[in-house]
Amino acid sequence: MGAIQPKVSEPVSDELALVEAAKGGDVPAFEELVRRYDRNVFRIAQHITQNREDAEDVVQDAFFKAYSNLKQFQGQSKFYTWLVRIAVNEALMKLRRRRPERTVSLDEEVKTEDDSVPREVADWSPNPEQQYTQAELRDILDKTIHGLPATFRTVFVLRDVEGLSTEETAEALDLSIPAVKSRLLRARLQLRERLNKFFQKRDKANGSPKTTGGDGNQ
Amino acid sequence: MKCADFLHELTDYLDGVIDSGTKAELEEHLAWCHNCYVVADTTKKTIEIYRDSKLYELPENLRTRLRTAIVAKCQSRKKSGPEGSAS
Repeated sequence: MGAIQPKVSEPVSDELALVEAAKGGDVPAFEELVRRYDRNVFRIAQHITQNREDAEDVVQDAFFKAYSNLKQFQGQSKFYTWLVRIAVNEALMKLRRRRPERTVSLDEEVKTEDDSVPREVADWSPNPEQQYTQAELRDILDKTIHGLPATFRTVFVLRDVEGLSTEETAEALDLSIPAVKSRLLRARLQLRERLNKFFQKRDKANGSPKTTGGDGNQ
Repeated sequence: MKCADFLHELTDYLDGVIDSGTKAELEEHLAWCHNCYVVADTTKKTIEIYRDSKLYELPENLRTRLRTAIVAKCQSRKKSGPEGSAS
């Protein structure tokens, strides 16, 4: 089994020049940066807030905040990592406002380690996503990730959907590298467990799931 | 190697950031432990399905509207005076 192939990111060689121009008040240069990253910021914001209107607000607020504070960007990290950090904070603020009864923090204690131990081990069809239409698949993926704690969703979307490195994710979220790795493992295992019921191989005779049994731990 | 040890290393294994000695141990475990093989394989598929999905795409008309609003705010901040005078 091979490792996951990383996403290939676009070249960013002219990015510092755009940032420098925008620092000097060149709005079209900043607009180009918006064009490069608005889709990513929207996706991250919707993963965290789970709400379309909030995600739209986050896109506007995060880019405006970035423009207003560009002079604080020193260029030690990538502009995108710096922008993601702003966007994640804006999205978490939205989430806290919407769910004031629950404290939402990236470094919250998340129960025990046991919640990620595989309980059901069942093989999936070779291309399980092809059993569904695009719309059905989006609905399944949306509902499935919805149930994860915010801290897990955030680490998962930055690492596995947006393709940030572990180090960049740690920097954007102000978490340690071991904390990022531990949350990522648990997010991945919990999503896998929840997707089982949609993607596992079915017995052709009666349509019932075909499991191999056992709890996966020996 | 026990299944719990395998799970502990799963993220680094799937990300391909693991030393060759540990990788060999993990693959030896995978060769006989079907459950861990299935967990690793389906976890990898989970990641690929989310990564390749079109979940939360920004529609082009909304994208234009948001960008226009952002640019307008930046323009008005620029007009409002030198750096730091607007918040």
